[in-house]
Amino acid sequence: MQIYLPIAEVSVNAYALVGIGGIVGFLSGLFGVGGGFLITPLLFFIGVPPTVAVATGSNQVVASSISGVLAQLKRKAVDFRMGFVLLAGGLIGSSIGIWIFARLNALGKIDAFVQLSYVLFLGTVGLIMLQESLRAILRARRTGATPVRRAHVHTWAHGMPLKMKFRTSGLYISVIPPMAIGAFVGFLSAIMGVGGGFIMVPAMIYLLGMPTKVVIGTSLFQIIFTTAFTTVMHAVTSQSVDILLALLLILGGVIGAQFGAKVGVRMRAEYLRISLAILVLLVCGRVALDLVLTPEEFYSITPGRLP
Amino acid sequence: MKRPALIATLILGLLTPLIATAETIVSGLSQSSVSITTDYAGTEILIYGAVRREAPILKEPPLRVIITVEGPDLPVVIRRKERTFGIWLNDARLRPGPVPTFYAVATSAPLKDALAPEEDLRLGITLPPAMRSPDSAAQPFLDALLRLRTKSGFYALNEGSIGFTEDTLFNTVVRLPAALTEGNYKVRIFLTREGEVVDEMRRTIWVRKTGLERFLHNAAHEYALLYGFAALLIAGLAGWGASAIFARLRW
Repeated sequence: MQIYLPIAEVSVNAYALVGIGGIVGFLSGLFGVGGGFLITPLLFFIGVPPTVAVATGSNQVVASSISGVLAQLKRKAVDFRMGFVLLAGGLIGSSIGIWIFARLNALGKIDAFVQLSYVLFLGTVGLIMLQESLRAILRARRTGATPVRRAHVHTWAHGMPLKMKFRTSGLYISVIPPMAIGAFVGFLSAIMGVGGGFIMVPAMIYLLGMPTKVVIGTSLFQIIFTTAFTTVMHAVTSQSVDILLALLLILGGVIGAQFGAKVGVRMRAEYLRISLAILVLLVCGRVALDLVLTPEEFYSITPGRLP
Repeated sequence: MKRPALIATLILGLLTPLIATAETIVSGLSQSSVSITTDYAGTEILIYGAVRREAPILKEPPLRVIITVEGPDLPVVIRRKERTFGIWLNDARLRPGPVPTFYAVATSAPLKDALAPEEDLRLGITLPPAMRSPDSAAQPFLDALLRLRTKSGFYALNEGSIGFTEDTLFNTVVRLPAALTEGNYKVRIFLTREGEVVDEMRRTIWVRKTGLERFLHNAAHEYALLYGFAALLIAGLAGWGASAIFARLRW
């Protein structure tokens, strides 16, 4: 069924859109990532202009994150306090990021910077996660039993002032590290135009020592707010949110998120981490290939404003 | 007598003679407006017409017809990937200003026979002469724009696609793509002899979003903030709804 989208100004297949929403929602519910990294290129592939894809994608992420959070909430796997601390940091970080983005854009070197930092970050994060989760799985195999589960891992985050209890995560740590991580991820998402769940999830697991299961719900919880903010910003500044497109993506997305959350609970934490690591590395590899391989077409056309 | 010729004679008979010497165009469109609704997926427009003349048909030099359909102009950015330090990055870019979102040219004979280059340049009939830049650095970008838009069907040159019977009746079908930009589409019909334009006629096709498309487009532009919140509301309700339904299912 072909449907003409009023803002994207293109006629696309409605079932394809529901399908895309479903896949992205599934990953979102499973890993606690927003999925902007996937939805933008997929929409672009079926002919939606990039600006509309980015803005509308963020609206879809709001819906699938809400669906995912509610699924996690029933298992008490959302740390609201941690979510709010990360969010506060995120707001500061993204304000700085938006300012730097405008500066770099004026210099005309933003594309190179964005793509390089994307590959660099995803590559590093993916490799660290892969190494850690592989080691955890091997350790479990060798001893033949699950390792002794400590209440939490002690990290450098425990020696700082302004301590706060995060009961759901089972942590008693300073608010400075989560704040800083929130700010850093907010900064990155403003510059790279992606939600930042990819960086946020590993940072919560490895830097803050939060349990993997709580991380997914908490990450989704804070993604709701950041993507809701981006959606409204895009709607106001560039009028590039297509509600009809969003509706179809959301339809698939909210259902996919429920399935993702369901699969997530049944999966062991190490396997969940290793799958996320592989996904991160795949995305990184794709972007890297684009940079290295000689393109078939050197030129590209995008709608633009008058100089 | 052949049927097209008969129709031609009938049409000619009906028309009241105004100009005695010249050949002029009489034309019509199968539809002068296109409504973009939710199920719009491209459309075809039939452009037809006849040549009105007083004198007997002059066989030599032959008469030709050229039809152009031009969409609204919008600014674009053309980027080129370049290799820097071993990686391919969008480096150079050109902002040529507003360029047509759609441009189709149909002719009744090969273009080189139907139109002299100087006439083309003077009246801006085909796109390539308009896409000439005195700046040699800019030219590859404009060539790429023409090439890419031609590949995706937004720019087209269909030589010999106009049916022209008895030097009098002509018709052609112009296909408008599914990704259509709203605006006024300018239709120009040229009558040429030996590459010289002897008559020109203009028409307009109004392309407008209607119904739901119109409503959403207006809402997004006029009530941007409200529209943004409406988008969030939909997302919130859908997220909550899915969760509630799946909880009921107890699976």
